[in-house]
Amino acid sequence: MISLGIEGTAHSIGIGIIQDVKGKCNVLSNNIKTYSPEKGGIHPREAANHHANYIADLISESVKKTQIDFSDIDIVSFSQGPGLGPCLRTVATAARALALALDKPIMGVNHCVAHLEIGKGTIDGCKDPVLLYVSGANTQVIAFAEGKYRVFGETLDVGIGNCLDKFGRSKGMEFPCGPKIEKLAKKGKKYLKLPYSIKGMDIAFSGLLTAAEQYVQKGEKLEDACFSIQETTFAALTEVTERAVAHTEKNEVLLGGGVASNKRLRDMVKTMTQERDASFFVPSQDLCIDNGAMIAWLGFLMYNSGIRMSIEESVIDQRFRTDMVDVNWRE
Amino acid sequence: MNKKIIYRGAEAEICLSKYLEEKAVQKRRIQKSYRIKEIDSFLISFRTKEEAKLISDARLYGVSVPIIYDVDLNEGVITMQYLEGKRIKDILNDLDEKERKRICKMMGKSIAKLHNNDIIHGDITTSNMILLDDKIHFIDFGLGSKNGEIETKGVDLHVLMEAFESTHSQHPDCFDYVLEGYKKEFSGNAGTVIKKIEDIVKRGRYR
Repeated sequence: MISLGIEGTAHSIGIGIIQDVKGKCNVLSNNIKTYSPEKGGIHPREAANHHANYIADLISESVKKTQIDFSDIDIVSFSQGPGLGPCLRTVATAARALALALDKPIMGVNHCVAHLEIGKGTIDGCKDPVLLYVSGANTQVIAFAEGKYRVFGETLDVGIGNCLDKFGRSKGMEFPCGPKIEKLAKKGKKYLKLPYSIKGMDIAFSGLLTAAEQYVQKGEKLEDACFSIQETTFAALTEVTERAVAHTEKNEVLLGGGVASNKRLRDMVKTMTQERDASFFVPSQDLCIDNGAMIAWLGFLMYNSGIRMSIEESVIDQRFRTDMVDVNWRE
Repeated sequence: MNKKIIYRGAEAEICLSKYLEEKAVQKRRIQKSYRIKEIDSFLISFRTKEEAKLISDARLYGVSVPIIYDVDLNEGVITMQYLEGKRIKDILNDLDEKERKRICKMMGKSIAKLHNNDIIHGDITTSNMILLDDKIHFIDFGLGSKNGEIETKGVDLHVLMEAFESTHSQHPDCFDYVLEGYKKEFSGNAGTVIKKIEDIVKRGRYR
């Protein structure tokens, strides 16, 4: 089957086209266009306008690039949530229009679950991982247990990407700030003690953010602050992931989300898995960030397991929780 | 000394040991090479100190816990009494109804004593309770904290509720018995804590 997926939960609009090959995901094309605000963070309405401007052309381009006809598409998938309301509605409208025009089934999917499934679908050996999903808005530790993907730990306030952006913006950096902070952190040497807040398997970042800003105001070097922020937040993320691995007795860890591009975070999680004799996986860069291919793949998995969705049921859900998804494509 | 590891968790390992002539257990927090030395040493010594303090505080307020023999903050080791009892998890399902009710009420009373003094255990499950000399002993305060908030107390009890659901589901009344005991002993308004548990269930985030 060929599935076309439309992603658009936040600042990126992505069109992915995939085909299933013996239970694995073959990505035929994966195009992403990212809205970057001139200043400040993502404005939901402006991001939605951006998506609306590009979505039609991006779909045509993707189909052309893939060298298929529109009639070859068997199913239209889209990101149903969680995400920014205006962005989700734009994407859902496009998906409905396309599905109706092609007279093909529509499938709304959970964005967080898609991040996990694309790892399983594209990486050999990745069968039953604990996912550390780290992006701007989302920071969750997800694993399969008792018929569902469950959230074992998550942020109690802001996502890790958001935390990095907030700090970066206060120091005049442009969105996205993560890569800039990573670069500066390499030059940092002095560890400035920051609050390390773990509650059970959950994490909080807001106290740390304030403390880091105060250090810089008091004259500490920006490089040292960046280094300390990365070391503290990533250690906490690695710790909750390890707790989830121990608790669920699994032996695979998968990284996902935009912040998974950070090399220091990758190294820390990898070291942790090596010490536990567990496997460590990261999808390729374009499948790690928000993308249409993962949406297309999850849409296929759901459809293939017998799930059907009517246009009426394709209403978006800004607060679509990971554990609300009935997972009947896994035993 | 020959040390036999009896349990290995994500953060610490437990091994059998001796203190003077007494049978003892050692809880050792493991160094993690993924984090920098500064964070690693701080977390290990801070958490060791916090846990030892919570355990000795609990004893002070009349809750049965292992006696602490020694604390080594540099090594992150707590040496404590070996409890020659049975885990509640292993015996609860086999008790008769009357006895199960008595034990569960006892649990509730002990938890209330902890909460009356703002001690949050953080991981109240039936594997972390040991029955010895007809008293329930609480072990593993590794996720514990000092906190007076109703929310935190609710979460603390909610963990136990889930433990009952997953491990003792054939006896659905257990948690009600615990709350019965809790209400008797809790010095504040137990109703607000119980209301909080319902809120947490509704949020649906916790399993």
